Amino acid sequence: MWRIIHQLGSPPWVYRFCDRVIPWLLPLTAVALIVGSTWGLLFAPTDYKQGDSYRIIYIHVPAAVVSLAGYYIMAFAGLVSLVWRIKLADLAMRAAAPIGAAFTAVALITGAIWGKPTWGAWWVWDARVTSMLILFFLYVGVIALFEAYDNKTIAARACAILSLVGTVNIPIIYKSVDWWYSLHQPASIKFTGSSAIDASMLYPLLGMIVAFYALFALLLMLNLKQSLTSEYAQSNWLIKRITT
Amino acid sequence: MTDQAGIDTLQYLRGQTARHVRLQLASPSEIVNPLLFFLLVVILFPLGLGPDPERLALLAPGILWVVALLANLMICMRLFVDDFEDGSLEQLAMASMPLALSVIPQLLAAWMTGGLVLSLAAPLFGMMLGLPVSAAPVLVASLLMGTAIMLLLGAVGAALTVGVRRGGILLALLILPLYIPVLIAGTRALDEALHSGDPAVALAFLGAGVTGGLLLAPLAIAAGLRVSLEL
Repeated sequence: MWRIIHQLGSPPWVYRFCDRVIPWLLPLTAVALIVGSTWGLLFAPTDYKQGDSYRIIYIHVPAAVVSLAGYYIMAFAGLVSLVWRIKLADLAMRAAAPIGAAFTAVALITGAIWGKPTWGAWWVWDARVTSMLILFFLYVGVIALFEAYDNKTIAARACAILSLVGTVNIPIIYKSVDWWYSLHQPASIKFTGSSAIDASMLYPLLGMIVAFYALFALLLMLNLKQSLTSEYAQSNWLIKRITT
Repeated sequence: MTDQAGIDTLQYLRGQTARHVRLQLASPSEIVNPLLFFLLVVILFPLGLGPDPERLALLAPGILWVVALLANLMICMRLFVDDFEDGSLEQLAMASMPLALSVIPQLLAAWMTGGLVLSLAAPLFGMMLGLPVSAAPVLVASLLMGTAIMLLLGAVGAALTVGVRRGGILLALLILPLYIPVLIAGTRALDEALHSGDPAVALAFLGAGVTGGLLLAPLAIAAGLRVSLEL
């Protein structure tokens, strides 16, 4: 148990680990994405109310789910880096932020595209939409703070503190946005809510969620490898690893 | 309660608070400027929306709260800058008193000369927007607690950005998303008061925010200041 944790703090080990996992993860992600999207887009039944436009759910919901999980992954890496001062956790946090922001942006854009035929407007102040937008700005804040510092070790510590403060606040923000929504909006356009989704639509959705998690992991590893390469460009182990 | 150096903690906190308040009072523009900003932005709304009193009264809770939030952001931008530049913040961080405790006097002083003044002046600006006088107590109560929470959250951002060049706009980017729950609860309290509902739930939410913020924020502020001081 302790050995694995020690190994996770060692850049050469993690670099090797990424090298070993990526050749497996890449085809797995590709297959899951292809199977999930063809199943969802071609074979899942048409919704009786929304027609085929509902099918964007197979991109929208997985992106939204993973973007929230991404923030917690980033904050956890930040906590590890803050408490144990592990350089690798810094790099992981830095690698996770832009990916999470991109997933949040995908969720927002697909949400807008979905909103046009169903709600009749590109943008509706729905509780979930608003929460996603706030999450996007929390990501952007972490990235902007990181870019503001010249000393990247200090920047990583600042970002770790910020993402932990954000983690404490996310549940409060989500609850308060729900509260705000219930005060200001009629409940008529809330159609996802508690309405049960049929199994024939649910399974491809679950498949796509798994595929998006795999995609997140894959992008995280690629990004991490890239930052390891630039961070340890002068180190013997990396030169040896790349040249042989 | 005394620490190793034999300093009475409460006496120290009281003395420091008085010192910071005196420092603020020595430069009155620091107190007056956020107030003038508050007034000016409130004036912009009738000019932009038209003078219809009914519509202004309808929008008054939101306008007052958003402007108070922005004025509070201005206060937060100045929070640690002077102490950072003249080195006294570094001395504070090296002292035997935990930094999470020794930043509290400065926050308290900043609130007394900032948030407190804004909250007490707000009913006046509310009247200009046609907010009924009966809503004034709830406006003041919600702002008293809201500005305290916003100062605590803003101080975390200020601590993280004080060492950064042109940190002001960055501070806004970091902190504004965190202000959203405060804004929602504050306007909700006012709306309830205006529509003869019960503002107690929203006010209790703000009270819980002050308590939780006082417990957690000083730790984050101290950690942020240590990062900025590169200690």
